[in-house]
Amino acid sequence: MTQPQLQGIAASPGIAIARAIRIDLEEYIPEKTTVQDPKQEVARFRQAVEAAGEQIEGIREATEQKLGAEKAEIFEGHLLLLEDPELIDVVVENIENDAVNAEYALYEVSQSFIEMLSQLDDEMLRERAVDIRDVRGRVLNLLRGVGGSDHTQLQEECIIIARDLTPSDTAQLNLEAVRGFVTEIGSRTSHSAIMARSLDIPAIVGAGAAIQEIQNGDLIVMDAVEGQVWINPDSSSLEQFRVNKARYDQRKAELAVWVDKPSLAKDGHRIELAANIGKLDDVQKALDNGAEGIGLFRTEFLYMGRQELPSEEEQFQSYKYVLEKMAGKPVVIRTLDIGGDKELPYMDLPKESNPFLGQRALRLCLERDDLFRTQLRALLRASQYGNLKIMFPMIAVRDELFEAKRILKEEKQLLIEAGVAVSESIEIGMMIEIPSAAISADLFAPHVDFFSIGTNDLIQYTMAADRMNETVSYLYQPSHPSILRLIRLVIEAARQEGKWVGLCGEMAGDLASVPLLLGLGLHEFSMSAGSLLQTRELIAGLNYAQWQEHAKQALTLGSQQEVQAFVQEIQKGENE
Amino acid sequence: MITNSYTVLNPTGLHVRPIKTIVQAASEFPCKITVLSNGKKANGKSSLSMLTLGIKMNDEVTLEIDGEREEEALQAIGALLVQIHE
Repeated sequence: MTQPQLQGIAASPGIAIARAIRIDLEEYIPEKTTVQDPKQEVARFRQAVEAAGEQIEGIREATEQKLGAEKAEIFEGHLLLLEDPELIDVVVENIENDAVNAEYALYEVSQSFIEMLSQLDDEMLRERAVDIRDVRGRVLNLLRGVGGSDHTQLQEECIIIARDLTPSDTAQLNLEAVRGFVTEIGSRTSHSAIMARSLDIPAIVGAGAAIQEIQNGDLIVMDAVEGQVWINPDSSSLEQFRVNKARYDQRKAELAVWVDKPSLAKDGHRIELAANIGKLDDVQKALDNGAEGIGLFRTEFLYMGRQELPSEEEQFQSYKYVLEKMAGKPVVIRTLDIGGDKELPYMDLPKESNPFLGQRALRLCLERDDLFRTQLRALLRASQYGNLKIMFPMIAVRDELFEAKRILKEEKQLLIEAGVAVSESIEIGMMIEIPSAAISADLFAPHVDFFSIGTNDLIQYTMAADRMNETVSYLYQPSHPSILRLIRLVIEAARQEGKWVGLCGEMAGDLASVPLLLGLGLHEFSMSAGSLLQTRELIAGLNYAQWQEHAKQALTLGSQQEVQAFVQEIQKGENE
Repeated sequence: MITNSYTVLNPTGLHVRPIKTIVQAASEFPCKITVLSNGKKANGKSSLSMLTLGIKMNDEVTLEIDGEREEEALQAIGALLVQIHE
């Protein structure tokens, strides 16, 4: 295939092939003139502002009907700009004091805000300049008595080529005909990028000045998975692009079917598919991909990239947010897992010669119980906003669990005495990531509500092989019989006590491992959101009862290679 | 005049939506509402000037409120500053 002519940022995934339509945004810069009657000029300005408000209100209503209230909200922001005292009142003052024309006064005042915004380091805020340009452009057009661009009549399939798209531009496109967006500037948080994602239209932003080479009617191929654009490709490449596109679209449609389905094996056995999250934005992605819960909420992000420990209030707000957003679905929140490869400079922890075997996670929390108690209080307070489950990491022996539970109980008691509402149904669980805990899971099972197996660490500790050390990376063997036997031990111990077991390592979303984990009786599979749908699809084709037998057999095999070959063989047989 | 300081907890800082909420609430009050952060000053009733503060998560924000119903305004706007909006 030929090299792409343009490379930009893939802002909304997909592949599109269609003719180009350019939307040119030549910005009008008004000249400064003196007006004879400033009062009359102010009246002219106010009239234009009012008319702009009416137009925006019309677009807002149309957008709300077409795309829903959330997409229309941006125009409420535009209406607010038309009432903004620092914009409108200042423009009026300038016209009155300097006897200048309204166009010039408006341009200058809004320009100063655009420049202030452009100096911020926050990309999302910098992008807001587009709203000011959009509203300013509209009022300027009204003052000058010229119409704006109108593409509501677009009929043929097209790819929109623009410098940047304002909310008004996108509202005035016939989106039914638009197959993709390519813009010269912008980032993943630009209006056009957000719009494209919510409409599920492929978009590439920030493709650079070279987009000026594209002419109306050019045949464009855009691969918005890789961020690449081809202009008028030769026929053999085009053929290949069409094949790729068909394959991509088909796979996407196949997976989309699974979003709202329960996670059932072929014989009706039900499991739970949950998402691992590490920041608050991940929650929406989890829901979009059909997560039935959060199986692992890593709380480290609250502690990292800052100068001091997060306050109880800050943590409370974050936990509450996730619990509310998940609306009653289970949310497993893991207490702080710091140390090992995750350091917090402001805590000034002593250097350890072997941090992965040192004072990390719960070991540190029990030593520094001030920070542990702060986190537990925040969790307890948040518990009444959803289905919270608290999980302790890095437990090797039972006393650690007892101590953690004792502290939790104390904090809960204190809160209740202080009159704070705390849920009565918080499940308490622990990670199984240290071989001692896996081997003696039966000793722990009566004292927890659930286990969650953290395979990344469990494999590293079982094999005594550093995950980060490439020379021993061959020992990272999720399907090795030793690991599978440990997983079985944990699941059996839990079953005896009527407790459930989840798995939140990479293995949970590894398609080669899922059949065996199902067969071993795993209840909850927690993985990155992007793996959920394909895992649900895979499980629907597996027979639980049969895989129970297969899993038993796999445990008797001699190596990971033998296990993998065995699983492959069975799946091949089933597919025939 | 009364004043108080807050730490912004919203993970994406104060963006369009939270600012809209704050500005709309502030506009309900007759008193003068000034927002200070990152060494800059803004009119709490103007979304444009609030945007230029570039308030991020964990940033310290001070409210200065002067005039009629100032206590009530401090309560209302202070609560919005620490709330998680999205």
